[in-house]
Amino acid sequence: MRMKILALAAAALFGLAGSVSAQVKIGFITTLSTPAGYLGEDARDGFMLAASEEGGKLGGVPVQVLVQDDKLNPADGKQIAEKWAESEHVKLFSGMIFSNVAAAVVPQLMEGGAIYVSPNAGPSNFAGKDCKPNYYVASWQNDNLHESAGALAKKLGFKKMVLLAPNYQAGKDAITGFKRTYGGEVIDEIYTSLDQLDFSTEIARIRAAKPDAVFQFHPGGQGIAFLKQWAQSGLKDQIKMVVASPSLEQKIVSAVGDAALGIYVTSHWNTDFANDANKAFVKGFTAKYGREPTVYASQGYDTAKLIGAALKATGGKLDADAFRAAMMKADAKLTRGKFLFNRNRHPIQDWYQLEAVKGADGKVKLQTVGKVLENLADAYAQDCKL
Amino acid sequence: MQLFFEQSLNGLQFSLTLFLLAAGLTLVFGIMDVINLAHGSLYMVGAYAGALVAQRFGSFWIALPAALIVTALVGMLLERVIMRHLYGRDHLAQVLATFGLILFFNGFVTWVAGRSPLLMDIPPQLGGYIEIIPGVPYPMYRLMIIVLGIAVALGLWWLVAATRIGMLIRASSERREIVSALGMDVTKIFALVFALGAILAGLAGVVIGPIRSVQIGMGEQVLITAFVVIVVGGIGSIRGAFIGSLLIGMCDTLGRAYAPLFFKTQFSGQVADGLGATTASFLIYLLMALVLIVRPRGLFPSGR
Repeated sequence: MRMKILALAAAALFGLAGSVSAQVKIGFITTLSTPAGYLGEDARDGFMLAASEEGGKLGGVPVQVLVQDDKLNPADGKQIAEKWAESEHVKLFSGMIFSNVAAAVVPQLMEGGAIYVSPNAGPSNFAGKDCKPNYYVASWQNDNLHESAGALAKKLGFKKMVLLAPNYQAGKDAITGFKRTYGGEVIDEIYTSLDQLDFSTEIARIRAAKPDAVFQFHPGGQGIAFLKQWAQSGLKDQIKMVVASPSLEQKIVSAVGDAALGIYVTSHWNTDFANDANKAFVKGFTAKYGREPTVYASQGYDTAKLIGAALKATGGKLDADAFRAAMMKADAKLTRGKFLFNRNRHPIQDWYQLEAVKGADGKVKLQTVGKVLENLADAYAQDCKL
Repeated sequence: MQLFFEQSLNGLQFSLTLFLLAAGLTLVFGIMDVINLAHGSLYMVGAYAGALVAQRFGSFWIALPAALIVTALVGMLLERVIMRHLYGRDHLAQVLATFGLILFFNGFVTWVAGRSPLLMDIPPQLGGYIEIIPGVPYPMYRLMIIVLGIAVALGLWWLVAATRIGMLIRASSERREIVSALGMDVTKIFALVFALGAILAGLAGVVIGPIRSVQIGMGEQVLITAFVVIVVGGIGSIRGAFIGSLLIGMCDTLGRAYAPLFFKTQFSGQVADGLGATTASFLIYLLMALVLIVRPRGLFPSGR
């Protein structure tokens, strides 16, 4: 009897030790400093919320999440990835917000045999013929954001539009993506510079061009400055504006207040989505962090849920083939509802129309109006040979 | 023609926001010979102090003086604790120390106010428009910035050129040792100049806050253009900062307005738009290079 107890105790201890060694390390490289620091902060907090809901586990598997700031600098991102892969033996990565950082870090991770799940950046580089077997995007392919805005502009019947975006790759992609679905007349395309914070010149050009509506892609601080100056110019009441979610997410709404009213937004997620997973997420996030979640937080949370579903199926093993088989099923309850992985490991999902309205408490918030596009896949998947 | 006037007005307004930033930078750099990269951080402190007070008390007119007082106090503390040790040192030490201050201020403001950008509105009294040019409503708030910029320029010019304090400031920037040999406390004069520079940065922050984004790192974004302005204008000269701001502001604004139109006559659609934007973004650096070739010390270098 005594022996039996001892054996049991030993087995239990062994089991414990076993579970400790089975802990999965996740390397979360994200942007926490620079003006864009709030994006990475929200993605991280959303991700961590999912882990803390399960008491430090994802899909029943204990996880340890390492977090470090890439400072929006590709070289920093590469350095962190290398350090963790070597000294911490991390095989599973996530976290990057910006396409330029991801474009530099992802090939390095793939060469090292790691798995990467993106909570935000979805550049076209890795969606088409250079798609990767172990690279997953839980957010969107970049173009989808702007395709949904183009589709909404068409649906709303805007005939003549002016398009604005910063003069770099993502800005040009935004305008290309928008035009792919819009189909109406583009009377002017205006490229701003990446460090520009005063848009009075461009606003004067728009005033002279007299379009029905404007599409602009300026995420973060540039977007805040643009929307404030747009409202102050008095054009807001005469010319409509359509944007994709990065140019008017929850943080930008709270930073510009009334200047956001009446702007049309497209997004794949919003705080008011009525599914159970989302209700739990919004409630949990607000309770834990004392602020409203943004779309970045929802993407961080969904990323963790997708990873959790895959880990559950593999029992915590990071064998790339087993992980992929489980991951591609996307067997998780996500805050945005319906979600599928395309063969290039990018999402197929629905896009919604949101509008900035004044809530009962006098605060401006985003409200979901209806669906714009259903089961939208990206234009690059057909070139992916996986 | 109407559009040209509107764009010129925009250029003037952009120039004067630049001047608010460059004035403090050129004072500290030119008079104390200290490169202060943290000037942008003081701008951020001014904007945050203004935004937080405005949220708390719901009035821009309380936020404005509060922000000036806060940045003045922060500036004085900074001078006493850090800057004072940098006066005699070489520029590399100053760049390193003040770069460290940027990191500190970004961390500190994140700790106090969080990473989210803050809401800051223009005061309702200045929310309207005036039709200076018929058919083109111009925001009153932007007009106020123009008036304020000119007032600050005149005030500084008067202070430096026509008062006893200004005379001491000029004297200690040129012949530090003689001023102290005559029994004046140069350290005190420098502390005063630094505080003045801080107040100007804070003023820029609180005034520009409502038309731009109040967020972490906002100071670094504006610093480069401010340096271009003082290099063009001549380091240490208020007049230089004013003329430099006008040149750079006008060049940038009109470049952005007309370079794409120019390229449209030569090329087609998207190519022209891209080329125009690219050209517009380097025009100010081209202007700086040209000025430096003709006048290596800037347009209006100070006496030293």
